[in-house]
Amino acid sequence: MAKQISVFLENKVGRLAHVTRVLGEAGINIRALSIADTSDFGILRIIVSDPAKAYQVLKDARFTVSETEVIAVQVPDSPGGLASVLEQMTEQELSIEYLYAFLGTKGDDALVIFKVEDISRARKIFNEKGIKFLDENTLYKL
Amino acid sequence: MTYWDKEKECMPREQLQKLQLRRLQETVYRAYAFVPAYKEKMDQVGVKPEDIKRIEDISKLPFTTKQDLRDNYPFGLFAVPMSDVVRIHSSSGTTGKPTVVGYTDKDIDTWSELLARALYCSGASKHSVVQVSYGYGLFTGGLGAHYGAEKIGASVIPTSGGNTHRQIMLMQDFETTELMCTPSYALFMYEVMREMGINPSELKLRAGIFGAEPWSENMRREIETKLGIDAYDIYGLSEIIGPGVAIECNKKAGLHIGEDHFIPEIIDPETCEVLPEGEAGELVLTTITKEALPMIRYRTRDLTTLNMERCECGRTHARMAKVLGRSDDMVIIRGVNVFPSMVESVLLNIPGVEPHYLLVVDRKGNLDELEVHVEVSEQVFSDEVRKMESLGLQIGKELESALGIAVRVRLVEHKTIERSEGKAKRVIDKRNI
Ligand SMILES: [Zn+2]
Repeated sequence: MAKQISVFLENKVGRLAHVTRVLGEAGINIRALSIADTSDFGILRIIVSDPAKAYQVLKDARFTVSETEVIAVQVPDSPGGLASVLEQMTEQELSIEYLYAFLGTKGDDALVIFKVEDISRARKIFNEKGIKFLDENTLYKL
Repeated sequence: MTYWDKEKECMPREQLQKLQLRRLQETVYRAYAFVPAYKEKMDQVGVKPEDIKRIEDISKLPFTTKQDLRDNYPFGLFAVPMSDVVRIHSSSGTTGKPTVVGYTDKDIDTWSELLARALYCSGASKHSVVQVSYGYGLFTGGLGAHYGAEKIGASVIPTSGGNTHRQIMLMQDFETTELMCTPSYALFMYEVMREMGINPSELKLRAGIFGAEPWSENMRREIETKLGIDAYDIYGLSEIIGPGVAIECNKKAGLHIGEDHFIPEIIDPETCEVLPEGEAGELVLTTITKEALPMIRYRTRDLTTLNMERCECGRTHARMAKVLGRSDDMVIIRGVNVFPSMVESVLLNIPGVEPHYLLVVDRKGNLDELEVHVEVSEQVFSDEVRKMESLGLQIGKELESALGIAVRVRLVEHKTIERSEGKAKRVIDKRNI
């Protein structure tokens, strides 16, 4: 399990730059990032080196912020690697809200951040199926 | 039940009407004799002061509007020499010539009495610490509230508006018990308290008297829950006297109009016909004790209803409903009258949504469009687009059913809609009509 920081952003020039500036000035590293977009607003999702601090500095900068539980899955860095993980999740009817790629790697594996409906069930299934995922402290330090 | 002036506030209606008639006659005589503009208007419709024989005859008198005040800028409607005027207030005049109002010594006393009644209604007394966060200056709010609070012998903190951090620090240190400001500023104070890490329940604050802008029952509930206080409405306008024209008692079932000083009527804003009791329309007020600036049948532009029944609190003065909206604020979109207060009520009924909003009206081709900007608070924010989109749709649907027209909802970042310390700006009309 890991903590993702989610930020509500209006589609206005400079908002994303502002978020990254605030984090940068607080010495916080962005490890993974995705933006979900609509015509009016976007939702920025980030994995950072220090989620608690990121939450506070963004809140202080008057952003609407929340913490979300996600799971960082190790996916074999080879053709079909992600497909096989997804197939096993489908088989188990684990519903995925969204996913995005992590910037770094873990050994030979790529990392994919999953937001699932039922996180404890996902962990159980991953353990049973031998799908590897990272604990949060390892993730933030990558 | 404690009254500031039981004899006047609970006067049997028959006796009250006699008093009103006598005072109305005096006012009309004085206006006719000393204010050329009033004489001219009455002569035009052929009414003489002696034609006012019964209270109903008030409907024979011509209306007065804000335009009359502008046309007679600055002191043309004053009925006393300037040597008798002890105070002048004025509007900001952002939409033309400012409107100027004057007071004699007795007028100031009348005004203070009205606010003293309001403060007693809210449970304040000489033991109270009253913080006045209305602006002091040309605006009537600050000084009006101030004199009333001094009249009851309370300890008054004249913080005026602005510098919210310091206001809250003083509120904490001086142990304020009653707060007087605009309702939107009260909510803003709550937000700043949260930022400062202050829990309102640790304060001595027990009640607030809020006015100078229309606000809904839902907003009252929000203020009462968040600040943990009793919130009372107060109504007034500087042309009549300032805040205190009508005040809410602890039954919170309408605002008692100070009928020993004002006569209220409700008219149809289009036809100007006087409407029967209980019907909604524009409030028209006549001052019957004011010396410096008598106002005869002043059109307030505020929409409300009147209830003449004796209140459970024992007061006999007519009660006006919370103002439904100002006809100035009203925007007509595709033939439908839309009031910002309606939008506010809808938003407050959706859990987690805060009443910070902006109406943007625009014309695309020949079609008017209403876009409502709503702030995303932390409670309603989700990291999932689907949930955010359905929140927008839900708000849109509820607004549409309340307003009767299509609404586009735009979710905007928290705290980006201006928190005004005076009257909140709720409408931007981009149409060039
Ligand atoms: Zn009452």
